[in-house]
Amino acid sequence: MYTNFFYQLRREGVSVSLTEWMTLMEALNVGLADSSLTGFYYLARAVLIKSESHYDQYDLAFQKYFQGIETPEQLMDQVSEWLANPLPAKMFSEEERNDLLQKLGLPDWESLKAALAERLRKQDAPHHGGNNWIGTGGTSAFGHSGFHPGGIRIGGESHGQSAVKVASERNYRDYRSDATLGVRQFEVALRRLRQFSTRLEGNKDQLDLEDTIAETCKNAGQLKLVWTRPRKNSVKVIVLMDAGGSMIPYATICSQLFAAVHKASHFKDLQFFYFHNCIYDLLYSTASCNPRKAVKTEDILRSLNSDYKIIIIGDAAMAPSELMMSDGNIFWDLGNAEPGITWLGRLAKKFPYNVWLNPIPEGYWERVHGYQTLKMVRDIFPMYELTLEGLDRAIKKLMVRK
Amino acid sequence: MTDHLTYQGTEDYIVSNDLRNSVNISVALKRPLLIKGEPGTGKTVLAESIARSLGLRLIIWNIKSTTKAQDGLYVYDTVQRLYDSQFGDQNVSNINKYIKLGKLGEAFESTERVVLLIDEIDKADLEFPNDLLWELDVMNFYIPETGETITTKHRPIVIITSNAEKELPDAFLRRCVFHYIDFPDQAMMEDIVHVHFPELEENLLAEALKSFYWLRSISGLQKKPSTSELLDWIQALTLGGIEPEKISQEIPFLGALLKKNPDFDLTLRQLHGRGTENPARAKTRGW
Repeated sequence: MYTNFFYQLRREGVSVSLTEWMTLMEALNVGLADSSLTGFYYLARAVLIKSESHYDQYDLAFQKYFQGIETPEQLMDQVSEWLANPLPAKMFSEEERNDLLQKLGLPDWESLKAALAERLRKQDAPHHGGNNWIGTGGTSAFGHSGFHPGGIRIGGESHGQSAVKVASERNYRDYRSDATLGVRQFEVALRRLRQFSTRLEGNKDQLDLEDTIAETCKNAGQLKLVWTRPRKNSVKVIVLMDAGGSMIPYATICSQLFAAVHKASHFKDLQFFYFHNCIYDLLYSTASCNPRKAVKTEDILRSLNSDYKIIIIGDAAMAPSELMMSDGNIFWDLGNAEPGITWLGRLAKKFPYNVWLNPIPEGYWERVHGYQTLKMVRDIFPMYELTLEGLDRAIKKLMVRK
Repeated sequence: MTDHLTYQGTEDYIVSNDLRNSVNISVALKRPLLIKGEPGTGKTVLAESIARSLGLRLIIWNIKSTTKAQDGLYVYDTVQRLYDSQFGDQNVSNINKYIKLGKLGEAFESTERVVLLIDEIDKADLEFPNDLLWELDVMNFYIPETGETITTKHRPIVIITSNAEKELPDAFLRRCVFHYIDFPDQAMMEDIVHVHFPELEENLLAEALKSFYWLRSISGLQKKPSTSELLDWIQALTLGGIEPEKISQEIPFLGALLKKNPDFDLTLRQLHGRGTENPARAKTRGW
């Protein structure tokens, strides 16, 4: 039953597992859907969907599976005249609704659409409070402010909350996880970047139970307490951010990421630098790339251990010369003896835990202006798009060596 | 569905239809209900309401960043036992005396059905939910020290809340029924406020809600005010005897709604901008 709905959901990118599907079947067997489409909508959502970021995909799948809800645009003008002076919304009691459900059953979209077409042909005046013609406050399948288990709302406000319509409203579009994100979501994602270790400095304020027992035994049963340090995050991070002109469209999202990275207090060490379009011999500590506040890339390569994890944020789209030529730096007065790609290669080699986050959506990577350099950078760094999903994948990548 | 308990909401907690459905689904399916939503949408209060509506005892297990799954089952107080054995005035052969059941253990052991609230599960370590999978599935656990198995007599109704600070593991999610509490719309918010302040004047409420939703609509707020902040604010307004007409113009006691400095500045700027469009107000400023 509904097996295609299962696959429809998976096609929309909701990874519904078989366990959850069987749970839904079990729930349907004990009648939890109240034999209504609305009941089914909420039941299936509660059982199958485990994150509000998937609610939108669920709505889409629901809409496609129980399709036929859209009201054709050209009909609207004519019908909206009939609906111009509506009855006040009629509230139906639970019993009334159930009666109607029993009487009318669940709709079949094809016949419903056909019926609407027929009524549109025949109806020539407003009808309100009835159960057949397009109107308001009644139990006809068409119109608004009434109730019909599987009707088509035409205009008006939602009162009866019929399921397919709820789905079509797509109220949860904002929660999609492949949409770009805010500071807090960045923080949540970054929080996963951690590795616990007890071998750090800090107060020894935790009782080491095993050692205490061992020492007490050695001490002939006289209690001897042994204390240890609590586990702490040992992750160290270098963030390099492109502050070049081509990044201006992405300024908001970059500044959100910037805020999140700086708020994340759980890193053992955080180094933050800027670069302009590509990385050469200097890295800057200010977004204006002021050469007076620069450090040598070489120093960073030398002084920082290779257990630092490196996150580079940039569009990687530039003129090929900037990446491939010596003296390709866009600031002509700052020549560079070695091409940018050499420096990128060095960074990647020294710091094996590395990712590149690109604010350009992945779909455009093959086509965007500067796609040639983007591709070359991708060959060096694993690249992810700067969205919640991309960041999640990037962080998973950062936890393991390539 | 004879022995199914059905949750209907309580007088002091307004529940939306779909949330009520989700609660009943989770009770009927005997699966934990995972609740997410903006802070202040009443996730924790829901459990209290369920307990009261069904007439069951509520056990709350508050999760902190240091909480371990084991703490919820039982704690074996070895240090106490060692001390007791050192000073020799106690009989330490009975290990049972040093086993203290945690909240989960307490819920399992209870002779009647209980509601167990695991509050803010995302505060704990990443592995925490995984460590509880087995216990929540089969509803029993084994205490090796005493050779006892603690089994539920009546499967508790488990409510879990999360603020989405951490992603929960898939294996854990698969076993839950999930519900995301939407932010209430204006009509529902009126009902909610009425429950808390039955005597509130209509025009005060209308003005307060107007300002409240206007505040929430300002884009770029770091923390949008939530239901609990609205309730505090309305309390402040009634205690302060503010005239309803003034509320939307000045938004007094703004500090009850906004908790961050940048939000404060942003709102005042917007409020000022809105004020200049108002001719009466513009006149008093001499423009």
